[in-house]
Amino acid sequence: MNSIKWQFPRALEDEAIYILRETAAQFERPAILFSGGKDSITIVRLAQKAFYPGKIPFPLLHIDTGHNFPETIQFRDWLVESLGLELIVRNVQDSIDQGKVKEESGKYASRNALQTVTLLDAIEELKFDACIGGARRDEEKARAKERIFSVRDEFGQWNAKIQRPELFDMLNGKINIGENVRVFPISNWTELDVWNYIREEKLEIPSIYFSHEREIIERDGMYWPYSTFLNTTDEEKPFVSKVRFRTVGDMTCTAAVMSEADQLEDIIAEIMEAKISERGARIDDKRSEAAMEKRKQAGYF
Amino acid sequence: MDVLRITTSGSVDDGKSTLIGRLLYDTKSIPQDKMEALHAASKRKGLDFTDLSLLTDGLIAEREQGITIDVAHIYFSTPNRKYIIADTPGHFEYTRNMVTGSSTAQVSLILIDARKGIVDQTYRHYFIANLLRIKHLVVCVNKMDLVDYAQERFDEIVEDFKQLTAQAAFKEQEVKFIPASSLYGENVVTRSEKISWYDGPTLLDYPEQIDFSHEGDALPARLPVQYVIRPKSEAFHDFRGFAGKIASGSFKVGDEIVSLPSQHRSKIKSIEKFETQLNEAHARDSVVITLEDEIDSSRGNILVKAGEEPQALKEITANVCWMDQTKLVAGKTYLLQHGINRVKAKVQGIQHVIEVTTHRQQDDVKELGLNDIGKITLKVASPIFADPYIQNPANGSFILVDEFSNSTVAVGFVE
Repeated sequence: MNSIKWQFPRALEDEAIYILRETAAQFERPAILFSGGKDSITIVRLAQKAFYPGKIPFPLLHIDTGHNFPETIQFRDWLVESLGLELIVRNVQDSIDQGKVKEESGKYASRNALQTVTLLDAIEELKFDACIGGARRDEEKARAKERIFSVRDEFGQWNAKIQRPELFDMLNGKINIGENVRVFPISNWTELDVWNYIREEKLEIPSIYFSHEREIIERDGMYWPYSTFLNTTDEEKPFVSKVRFRTVGDMTCTAAVMSEADQLEDIIAEIMEAKISERGARIDDKRSEAAMEKRKQAGYF
Repeated sequence: MDVLRITTSGSVDDGKSTLIGRLLYDTKSIPQDKMEALHAASKRKGLDFTDLSLLTDGLIAEREQGITIDVAHIYFSTPNRKYIIADTPGHFEYTRNMVTGSSTAQVSLILIDARKGIVDQTYRHYFIANLLRIKHLVVCVNKMDLVDYAQERFDEIVEDFKQLTAQAAFKEQEVKFIPASSLYGENVVTRSEKISWYDGPTLLDYPEQIDFSHEGDALPARLPVQYVIRPKSEAFHDFRGFAGKIASGSFKVGDEIVSLPSQHRSKIKSIEKFETQLNEAHARDSVVITLEDEIDSSRGNILVKAGEEPQALKEITANVCWMDQTKLVAGKTYLLQHGINRVKAKVQGIQHVIEVTTHRQQDDVKELGLNDIGKITLKVASPIFADPYIQNPANGSFILVDEFSNSTVAVGFVE
C-alpha cells in the first residue's frame, strides 16, 4: 500500500477556492491567519489561485509569540515579499508588557495559550470580521466537529452546541455586530492531502520540515528543540541529531522527529508509514484529552 | 483522484462505530498512537472492547454523556479515491443532522441489525435518502454472525425493505444489499468466506466501483457568479472575469450564455483556472469565465447556456426540513439563500408535515418545529432562478436564514 504514489484530489482545491471567494464576498474585512506552517502556506496558495489574475484581497495576520523558529520568520518574510502581500504582525510580548497575560513558568512554560489574547486584541483593533485559518478536521477530534464558517462571539469563543448547520455548499456568514467568523477552507483535507498538494504545486516550505542537524533534548519520550526559550533541568543535556519537524508551532511546544527525509517524496513516504499522528508531536495538545476544545472555547483558532 | 462522500447513520448498538473503525483499520487509516489512546480510553470506561466511537466523539459534552451530538467527519483513502464519511448520530436531533450529512453525500449507508430487521430508524433514514435524491443507497445487513450467517434471514430483510422501495418517490435510486459482520470484518473490506452464498461486492468494493466523474454533465449548465475579478493592473488592464463554482452541467469556450436576471447575452471567451486556459469545464469546477462582450453581471447573478434558461420563480413550493428551536410560522419573513444569492422571502402557508417514520402526511398544521419535514409555499422579493430539486439538485436547494438571529433555520428543496 505504501509504495503507491498518492495523488492530490483536485476536488478539494475547487472546494477551498469556492470557500475563499465566499469569504471575500460575504465579509468586509477578512484576514488570513498566517503561522508560517505548511497549512497556512497552502491557504496562501489557494487564495492566489482563487483571485488570479487579481491580487489576494486579504492581509496576512501573524501572531508572533517571539518563540518562533527563525527559519519560519525568514520564510514568512520571503513569501510576503515574493507575492507582494500585506503582512500585519502583532506580538505576544506586547500583551505580556501590557500586563494582559502572564508568562508561564516551569519547564513546560509555553506562550501557546497566551497568543489567544493577542489574537483577540488584534481582531478587535483591526476590525477583522473573518479570520481564515488552515485548521483541518482530521487533526484533532474537537476540530472534527467545527464548521467551515465558524461563528465566534464577541469574546472569540466557540460554542460547539449552537453551531449552524452547513448544507450542500451553502455558507451563511451573516453575523451580528461584535461577532466574527473563523473560516477553514481546508477543513476536509488530511495531512497527506496537504503534502501531496505541496508536492504537486511545487510550493516552497520552511527548511525545518526537512531533515537537518539540530540540538535537541529528550523529555517525556519526545525530542524537544533546544533553545534559549526552553526551560531545562540539569539532567536534560542537549545533543545533536538529524531531525525534522512534522508540524510547525513554537519552539517550546513542537517536538521533532528523528528523520533522514530531505525530499518531499521521503517526507510523504514517512507520513504514510508513521505510527504517530501529526498532533502527537504537539506538546500543547498533550495537556489533557480536551486541550484543544478548551482552547477553542477561549478563542483559539 | 476523486473524492466520494458517504453518509452513515444507524440506531444505537447496530455496530456502526465498529463498522467505521473496521474501514479505517483495514485501510490502515488510523495511526498507532490514536489506536493506543482508544484502547486506553475504552479500558478506563470499563469496556472489554475498543470503543471506536471515542475516535469521533470529540466534544467534552459527548464524552460526558456517552453520546454523539454532532455530525462527525471521518477521512480515509484507498489508492483509488479519497473518502469522506459524514457520520450522524442516531438519537439526538436526528433528522436535522441526517439531512445535513446527506446533503453532500453521493452514497448513503443504512445499517440494519440482522437480528432486529427494519426498525423506525430505518424508515426515517430511507425517507431522507430518498427525499434528498441520493443516487446510491447501501443497505448493510450487519451482525450476520449473530444469525449464523443465514441466507434466509438476509433474504427476509431484503424482501421487507423492497416493500419500502416500491412506494418510493425516487425510483431511480440504486439500492444495494450487502450482508456483513463488522465485528469480524466479514464483507467490510475483504470478502467473507462465511457468507459464500453472497457473490456481490463488499462494503468497500461497492463505492470503489461507482463512477460519478461525469455525473450531472447532461444537466443544464449553471454558474452562479460568486465574485467579479477586475485586477486593473498593467498586465490585465481590461480583464473582467466572473468567478464561481459550476453548479451543474458543463461550459465550453464559444458557448452562448445568458446572464440572469438581466437576460444579457454573450459568448464565452475563455475559461480559466489560475494560469491554465481550459476548453471546457464541468460541475464542481471552480473557474473564472470571461465573455466576448462587456455585459453587466455581478455576485448573485447566474450564467446559463442559451436555450437552457430556468424559470424565474416568484412563488416557490418546497419541501423543507426545519432545523431551529424557534418554530416556523406562516407569515414570517426570512432570508432565502439559493446557492450564493440571498433574497427576502415570506412564508405564505404550510401545506402539510410528513411523519418520517410512517411516511404519512398530516394536513392542517400551523407550524413546523425542530426536525420536522413539511411542504411550504414562499413568496420572494425578487425572482430566483432555481431548477426543481428532483431535476437538478445542485440548483434546486436553498437555506432559510433568520433575519434576527442570523441562524440557518431550514433547508429547502424546490418543487
